[in-house]
Amino acid sequence: MTAEHDLKKTPLYDLHVELGAKMVPFAGHLMPLQYPTGILAEHQHTRTQAGLFDVSHMGQAWINGTEVAASLEALVPSDLRSLERGQTRYTVLLNDDGGILDDMMVTRPIYQTEGSRMFVVLNASRTLADLAYIGQRLSGRAVLVDLDERSLLALQGPKAAAVLSRFAPEAATMRYMFARPMEVAEIPCRVSRTGYTGEDGFELSVPADQVEELARRLLQEPEVAPVGLGARDSLRLEAGHCLYGHDIDDTTDPIEASLAVLVGKRRREAADVPGAARILKALAEGPARRRVGFKPAGRQPARDGAVVLAPDGTEIGVVTSGGFGPTVGGPIAMGYVQSAFAGPGTAVQLVVRGTPQPAVVVKLPFVPRGHVQP
Amino acid sequence: MSVKYTEDHEWIRVDGTTGRVGITDYAQSQLGDVVFVDLPAAGRALVGGGEAAVVESVKAASEVYAPVAGTVTAANQAVADDPSLVNSDPEADGWFYEMAIADPAELDRLMDKAAYDRFVAGLD
Repeated sequence: MTAEHDLKKTPLYDLHVELGAKMVPFAGHLMPLQYPTGILAEHQHTRTQAGLFDVSHMGQAWINGTEVAASLEALVPSDLRSLERGQTRYTVLLNDDGGILDDMMVTRPIYQTEGSRMFVVLNASRTLADLAYIGQRLSGRAVLVDLDERSLLALQGPKAAAVLSRFAPEAATMRYMFARPMEVAEIPCRVSRTGYTGEDGFELSVPADQVEELARRLLQEPEVAPVGLGARDSLRLEAGHCLYGHDIDDTTDPIEASLAVLVGKRRREAADVPGAARILKALAEGPARRRVGFKPAGRQPARDGAVVLAPDGTEIGVVTSGGFGPTVGGPIAMGYVQSAFAGPGTAVQLVVRGTPQPAVVVKLPFVPRGHVQP
Repeated sequence: MSVKYTEDHEWIRVDGTTGRVGITDYAQSQLGDVVFVDLPAAGRALVGGGEAAVVESVKAASEVYAPVAGTVTAANQAVADDPSLVNSDPEADGWFYEMAIADPAELDRLMDKAAYDRFVAGLD
């Protein structure tokens, strides 16, 4: 248990309280779970308008050095050398056994002023461990600069581009999964066209002492409403995105996590991914279990930890995230099943409070992703 | 007719030896948007303080306890069909179930409205 006074506050804490947020401990920080309109309304607002999220708890760091992309490839399965300037890639930090230590966004900066540095965004709960691991494994080749003085906002939803363009006209022409420095309302930001909600949108790395000013400016726009962690979770679950510590952890490899797309072609051919023996075997023969979506037949949600049964009652897996999908209009879940049961349409049962409930395996995501490519 | 309250934020509206049970406005405000309610079937025996129903919000599942011992006589189909009634009208149309009360003397251990309001005021 973490005592309340040990929790960090983001620079937007006072604004959250002013907006009536219910503040809860999350990954060592006091974060807004929801605002007075509630999770359902915030979720729907993000799917139809634009939601503003404080994600300042996440870790941001520069990895400075020479040939950083090549060095960092020793810790991830992705092809980082092929990243264009300004391009962002979603990848996973792996241990030597191919287990996932974190998922992260890696960006090659658009302007190469110092060596070949890369920008990373990490999960809040994993940042310290990740930076220690990367620092140790890249020792002598790279220096990490943890950006404590930067906050992170996410502006997500179909109206996000229209809103952000009013403050930064270049935002409208940004490509999906690209990032660049940009003044937003005269505030120097790093803007990326990325997100976790399945909608079009942006993430803005902002100087901590100016983030409240920017958040207030954005919230004045008619399309923008503040959105908390509760809706962030239901949005990402509908979008089929993993939550570290639930859907992926150091016991899961990228192949069983249905993230094989992260393993670069060049990396497969060179067989130089971390945990190569495990990962290449899983790629060649298929993993023993796979991450899939579940659609319960009834209205009852099945949550993290619910056991998955085959129709004959044999235990075949576990739910790792589950709840109610507001856009789906019913319960949704994801988790792992033995590969023989991973095909879409397979009938399974999810055990909720001791009672098996019928469900079907479905393809992820639950809601089509709304990313746009201008 | 009287209404009594538990420290677990259930209310029971008592009429003779029958009671109608739901959760309080404070409880629904803490739960947030309710998306599913699992109600007990008529005929089910309830233990005072034992689990009687489950209410699921977007973020979590919570148990609803029986204020006193007895037997379920009816469940509110309207709230099963439209769980948002728990948020919009928790202490009237959003009721969960009706029960035959085994021992009305048990009700004396519960709080009245004034005591419950003081209890809630004392929680943060």
